[in-house]
Amino acid sequence: MGLLDHHKKIETHATLLLVLSFLVVTIGGIVQIVPLFYLDNTIEKVEGMRPYSPLEIKGREIYLREGCYVCHSQMIRPMRDEVERYGHYSLAAESMYDHPFQWGSKRTGPDLARLGGRYSDDWHVQHMMDPRAVVPESIMPSYGFMMDRVLTREHAEHVRDIMRVYRVLGHPYTDEMMENAISDFFAQVDEFGDPVADRYPGAQQRNFDGQPQLTEMDAIIAYMQMLGTLVDFETFVPVANR
Amino acid sequence: MWDYIKLAVLGVVVVVAAIAASMARDLPYLIHMLVIMLASAVTLIWLIRRVGEPVPAVNPNEYMDGPIRYGVIATALWGVVGFLVGVVIAFQLAWPQLNFEWAQGYLNFGRLRPLHTSAVIFAFGGNALIASAFYVVQRTSAARLWGGGLAWFVFWGYQLFIVMAATGYVLGSTQGNEYAEPEWLTDLWLTIVWVAFLLVFMGTIIKRREPHIYVANWFYMAFIVTVAMLHLINNLAIPVSVLGSKSVPVWSGVQSAMIQWWYGHNAVGFFLTAGFLGMMYYFIPKQAERPVYSYKLSIMHFWALIFLYIWAGPHHLHYTALPDWAQTLGMTFSIMLWMPSWGGMINGLMTLSGAWDKLRTDPIIRMMVVAVGFYGMATFEGPMMSIKAVNSLSHYTDWTIGHVHSGALGWNGMITFGMLYYLVPKLWQRQGLYSLRLVSWHFWLATIGIVLYAASMWVTGIMEGLMWREVDAQGFLVNSFADTVAAKFPMYVVRGLGGTLFLLGAIIMCYNLWKTVTSTAERSPARAGSAVPAE
Repeated sequence: MGLLDHHKKIETHATLLLVLSFLVVTIGGIVQIVPLFYLDNTIEKVEGMRPYSPLEIKGREIYLREGCYVCHSQMIRPMRDEVERYGHYSLAAESMYDHPFQWGSKRTGPDLARLGGRYSDDWHVQHMMDPRAVVPESIMPSYGFMMDRVLTREHAEHVRDIMRVYRVLGHPYTDEMMENAISDFFAQVDEFGDPVADRYPGAQQRNFDGQPQLTEMDAIIAYMQMLGTLVDFETFVPVANR
Repeated sequence: MWDYIKLAVLGVVVVVAAIAASMARDLPYLIHMLVIMLASAVTLIWLIRRVGEPVPAVNPNEYMDGPIRYGVIATALWGVVGFLVGVVIAFQLAWPQLNFEWAQGYLNFGRLRPLHTSAVIFAFGGNALIASAFYVVQRTSAARLWGGGLAWFVFWGYQLFIVMAATGYVLGSTQGNEYAEPEWLTDLWLTIVWVAFLLVFMGTIIKRREPHIYVANWFYMAFIVTVAMLHLINNLAIPVSVLGSKSVPVWSGVQSAMIQWWYGHNAVGFFLTAGFLGMMYYFIPKQAERPVYSYKLSIMHFWALIFLYIWAGPHHLHYTALPDWAQTLGMTFSIMLWMPSWGGMINGLMTLSGAWDKLRTDPIIRMMVVAVGFYGMATFEGPMMSIKAVNSLSHYTDWTIGHVHSGALGWNGMITFGMLYYLVPKLWQRQGLYSLRLVSWHFWLATIGIVLYAASMWVTGIMEGLMWREVDAQGFLVNSFADTVAAKFPMYVVRGLGGTLFLLGAIIMCYNLWKTVTSTAERSPARAGSAVPAE
């Protein structure tokens, strides 16, 4: 064990030990993480992905705030049963605008990656108010308080500030989107308002919770109804070398 | 002079925090600013009252045990809090009515679960690590902690971090990354505290009077420096406003997933493994009164462990949209990781060579040995679950939860309990523990609790995994998702009971330690606390 005898040099020198251990622990991360930023095939090129609309951002913020990700995944694996149950397997491109990703690690409840369009708005309202009223076996907490939390201009401004940061991080928000951020925030729950889909293709615009005022319930349902609906899978060609 | 600078800085912090609180854009930020204001005001008043007082002379040959005593108390306290929240959320999953109507939006499962994970990992585990690192580094270096009062700053600063993280969770301030939930302000504060921790630790090692750095310290050092790296990179974020709690993490999508699990798995690998191995390497030889089994093995498994662990993250992302090459690397290194992990287990267990009879008479060594046993089991189960074929069944299920808990309760919990039972009589100069019988009670309650927990989670995990993929002769799915939820109910009750037993054991421990300090005979103070070369 000649080599190990030299270990004395390291274990009698504090700084050397610190520097060497640090170098040793950096390697794995460098090899696994750095290429993800420059390998072309990391994120598929797909049609339909767009950044979130202002109200969807608010819905997503609520999703994070309530810790939905601790029980729900947003990542369908390419196994037969998952594709059967939830739909087309998830693509990397579908979470490219998610800071941070919401793939989750646990399915205490079902996967939500393609929740959009699966249930009616009414069903969602019922389900959030009292999950066991619509799914007797459910163990989900109720989120009825969202019906009472009215969203105001202050919330809209906060979302616009978030969009500014997203823009710094490279999301393709145009000047027009930024200028209209606050009005779009309110317009998305008004069927007869300025069409949000002009700027955010595929955005759904209607009164989601059935109440006259804009509430957190509107925002979370707007978010849930768009999950997994953006990518046009007719144009999607899987890459073999990924 | 130094005192006046401190006073001035604290005064400025109080005022700035007050102004920021009055301009806060959201509730968590307001509460955090009030907490910071209060903490710095209390420190300020405490300092002012001491200005001009004669400073008691510090004997540089004496160990600095004050922050360790506090750390021991904090470990026990946060442990009970963390276990209690765990029991509550376990029963919330069995009976959703426990997500009370009146506490909707504050005490729902989604908010309490991060509170539980952070309380046990960072509050209970973190305090145990800091306290034991300070204890071990002094004893094995024959030197007093470096940096004067800096060790106190580390202790109180860390508690402030815990309070900020915990209040943030309940109020819904989160980045949305598992085990890295705290927002930018809390993250920044932790960074400062952690750098201070590294300085105290390294400073003490550098002024050591022993030529060699003891193996426990290698592990502590690797743990501190790696956690610093992980924390900084995974939490890079841009605050939306300096007056609000919300920030946007810079990483998104697939890169965010990779970086998060590089962080997440190495929170396990370095926080809960390397750091706790440091604990094992000091306290097991001391309690068994035997030298470490193999010096060569410790060298090999140290370097192999820290090199391999960092690669294992992608096994949390099997079959996801993470590119295949990264998944394959993650799986390969996870399997290789089995070897250095068992190297550590063998080194710990074999240290008992010639002292195995102590298992019959000493419940503390029994606790430590069972901890190492659970470490071995969890580090076999982990590599197995990282095999893609196994993972396709186990991922997203309760099996993972069971795996984590056999590691966390069995390994981290038990070794920490053993350490506390060892430390308290030493730190408070007592002749021995109040009651070994109660230690035995604790041991059995905890062990049975863990067995109930792990077994019930194996059953539900494998059951739900199989139910999800079950198809009938026509190729249709047999079970709806709701069917699988209903089927898990009895096992969720068993799991909750297991957790309750574990909690009960910890409460008994607190009582026992309390009585040890307050009502056992004092040890003769002959050499108590004076720095003697490593034993």
